[in-house]
Amino acid sequence: MNPSDSSNDPTEISTQQHRHSLDPHVGRYAARTKGMTASEVRALFAVASRPEVVSLAGGMPNLAALPIDSLSEQVASLVSNDGLVALQYGSAQGVPELREQICDVMALEGIQAHPDDVVVTVGSQMGLDMVTRVFCDPGDVVLAEGPSYVGALSSFSAYQANVVHVAMDDDGLQPAALREAIETAHRHGQRVKFLYTIPNFHNPAGVTLAVSRRAEVLEICAEHGIMVLEDNPYGLLGFNGQTYPSLRTQDPNNVVYLGSFSKTFASGLRVGWVLAPHAVREKLVLAAESATLCPPTFNQMLVSRYLATHDWQGQIKKFRENYRERRDAMLSALEQYMPAGCSWTKPDGGFYVWLTAPEGVDTKAMLPRAVTARVAYASGTGFYADQLGSRQMRLSYCYPTPERIQEGVRRLSGVLTDELELYNTFGPAAQRTISGPQAPSPDTA
Amino acid sequence: MLHVDGLRSFSLSDRVVAVLSGGLSHERDVSLRSGRRLSAALRDQGLTVEEWDTDSELLTRLRDQRPDAVVVALHGGEGENGSVQTVLEMLGIPFVGSTSQSCRRAFDKPTAKAELARAGLSTPDWVVLPHGTFRELGAQYVLDAMTDRLGLPMMLKPDQGGSALGAQVVRSAGQLPAAMVNCLAYGETVLAEQFVSGVEVAVTVVDGANGPEALPAVEIVPESGVYDYTARYTAGLTDFYAPARLTEDSAKAVGELAVQAHRLLGLRDISRTDAVISSDGTVNFLEVNLSPGLTETSSLPMAVEAAGRSLGEVFSELIERSVNRG
Repeated sequence: MNPSDSSNDPTEISTQQHRHSLDPHVGRYAARTKGMTASEVRALFAVASRPEVVSLAGGMPNLAALPIDSLSEQVASLVSNDGLVALQYGSAQGVPELREQICDVMALEGIQAHPDDVVVTVGSQMGLDMVTRVFCDPGDVVLAEGPSYVGALSSFSAYQANVVHVAMDDDGLQPAALREAIETAHRHGQRVKFLYTIPNFHNPAGVTLAVSRRAEVLEICAEHGIMVLEDNPYGLLGFNGQTYPSLRTQDPNNVVYLGSFSKTFASGLRVGWVLAPHAVREKLVLAAESATLCPPTFNQMLVSRYLATHDWQGQIKKFRENYRERRDAMLSALEQYMPAGCSWTKPDGGFYVWLTAPEGVDTKAMLPRAVTARVAYASGTGFYADQLGSRQMRLSYCYPTPERIQEGVRRLSGVLTDELELYNTFGPAAQRTISGPQAPSPDTA
Repeated sequence: MLHVDGLRSFSLSDRVVAVLSGGLSHERDVSLRSGRRLSAALRDQGLTVEEWDTDSELLTRLRDQRPDAVVVALHGGEGENGSVQTVLEMLGIPFVGSTSQSCRRAFDKPTAKAELARAGLSTPDWVVLPHGTFRELGAQYVLDAMTDRLGLPMMLKPDQGGSALGAQVVRSAGQLPAAMVNCLAYGETVLAEQFVSGVEVAVTVVDGANGPEALPAVEIVPESGVYDYTARYTAGLTDFYAPARLTEDSAKAVGELAVQAHRLLGLRDISRTDAVISSDGTVNFLEVNLSPGLTETSSLPMAVEAAGRSLGEVFSELIERSVNRG
C-alpha cells in the first residue's frame, strides 16, 4: 500500500493525519476562563430537568400564582399604546417612573431612597457584576458568607477577586469571624474591597442575619474601611410577612444595595436594581452603559405598569403563602425521613434549606446516585470558592408541589442511607481530603 | 435517488426517521447533543427527521406514527442495554444499531471483555466486584487483593455506562477507597482494570456491502493526560488526530481489533471500539460502544470525515439497510 495514495478505502492508512484541536482559539482565552469547562455535575442536571426526577436543586421561582390573563392584556396594551417608546433604547440608568416605584418597593423594608440613586439592571446579577467590575482588581479580596450565592462567586471569579468566606451560624454572619477574616487578610497584605452579604433568608443557607448583629457587622466594616454589598432578593418573602431592617438603612453611605423583581414578580423579565451612594452610582451608570447600553425598556415599562395597576403587594402575599406551604412540606419530610446524623436549617422565608449530611458523606460524589434515584439537589461545594461544603447540600422547596417535595425527600433519605453504608464499607480513607477547617455553616443539630 | 450496496434504490425524501435521544441515563446531555447533530446531518441528506425523547409517550408515538426507521442516539442505560431495542423489535420497527440481545452482551463491559479475551484478543487484566463484596468480606482485604492482582496505577470504571462518568485512574493505594466510592455512585459494580499507558485510539466500525469495515482510527491526546468527562466535552482540552499517527502495521492492527470485536460480539450497523496501543505495540481492547457519541467533540464524526464521508451519508445508508432488513 502506498501511503501517499489518495484512496476512498476507509481502512487504508494515510500519513496525512489531520489534527483536530476542536477549538482554534484555545491559546487566546483570558486566564479567567480557566474554570469554564464541561462538568459531570452540569451533565447530571440535564437529567434533573426530566419530570421523573424531583429536582430540589434549582431556584426557579414558582410563578403559578401570577395573573397571566391580566398580564397578557397589559403586554398587548403596552405594545399598542406605547410600543414606539417601549421598543426603543432608553436611559442607561433605567426608566425614571420605574425608579420611583422601586423606591416605593424598598420603602416596605424601611429604606428611604431617591430615584436618582437607583440604577436599573438586567436582574440583580448584572448589579453584582457591575459592582465587582467597578471595585475589584485581580487579587483583591471579597468577603462573603460561607456558604454564599453561587452566581456571586461566579462574578467574583470572573474579575479574579479572591473570596474569603466568613463563618455563619443560625443567626447568620458571625461578627467575630468577620473581624478575624478582615484582620487576617490585612496581616497578609491583602486589599479587602467589600463584604458581600445576603442578610435575609440566605441563599443557600436559609438563615437570616439577627437584627442584633446588623449594627455590629456595619461597624466592623466601617472601622476597617470596607464597603458592604447587601443583596436582598428575598426580603419581602418572610413567611409571616415580617421584614428586617436593611443594612443600607443603617449606613447609607457605606452600603450598596441590590434588589430584584425576580422573586416578587417575574424572573424572566430580568429586572433588578442597584441603590448606591451618589459617587458609586455615577460609576455604575457608566459601567452599565458599556455592558448593555440600557436595560430592556420594554421589560421595565411592563414592570412599571404591573406595579401601577396590580395589587402587587397582594401578589407577594400569595407567593409567600405558596412558599410557606412548600417550606412546611420540606421540613416535615426531613423530620420524617432523614437518617440520623443529618441536620438542616429552618428558614422563615425565602427558598432554601441547607442540609448537613453525616460525617463522611461527600454530597458531590453522591449526586449521580441521587439522580439514579430520581432526585436532585445542589451539592455544597458549589457555594464555596475554596472547595469546602462537601458534607452540605442546598435543597430548594420553591418550585415543586408539596407532594413532590415529600417524595423527593423520601428518595433522598434512601440515597443518603445507601451512601452512608458505602462509607461504612470503605472507612475514613474514602473521604475526600480537604485542607483547612471543616466547612463553617449554619447547623441546627 | 441513492444506491446502497446493491440494495434497491430509494429516495431519501420518502423516509421518515425518528432519532431517539435524551433518556434518563447520566449521559442524557451528551445524547441530546448527539441527537441534534445527527438529526441535522440526516435532514441535510433530505430525510424527514423527528427527534424524540424516551418518555412515557414514546410507545404511543412509535405505534401511532410508525416511522420508517429509528436511530437510537441514546447513550448509556436503556439506550444501550437492549431495553429500547427490545421495544423496537416487539413493535417491528426497523432501527439502526445492534439487536437487543447483542446490546445486553456488549453493554456490560466485563462480559464483553471476557468474550473477547476468550477469543484471543488482548485486553488489560481485570476484576469485577459489586459493592456487596467489599461490605461482606471487608473492604481493605478486597482492595489489597485487587492491588496485588492488577498493580498500580489501576483504572476504575462502572461496569456499564460511558462518557468516562465515574471512571478514574488510581495511582496510589491511598486513593483507592475514595475512588471506589466515586465509581460506585454510578452503579453497584466496579470494573477494575490494569492501567495500560500508550496511544489511545477510538475506532469506528460500519457495516457495509462487504461486512464490517473499520474507519480510520482517531488518536486521542488529552491535555491533562486523562480522557475524562471534562476532556471529552470541552472543546480544546483534547487534541484528536484522524487518522491516528500510527505505523501502517499498528493502524491495521487496531482496525482489525475493532472489526473482530464488532463481529465477535454480534454487533450490527455501527460500533466504536476504544483501544490503547502499548509501547511494545500490543493493541489492547478497552471497551466497545454500541451507540457512540456524535457530538462536536466526539471521535466518530472525525473518523467519518477522515474516511472522506459525511455523517449524514453514513447514517442514511445504515437507515436504508435497517429498512431493507425489516
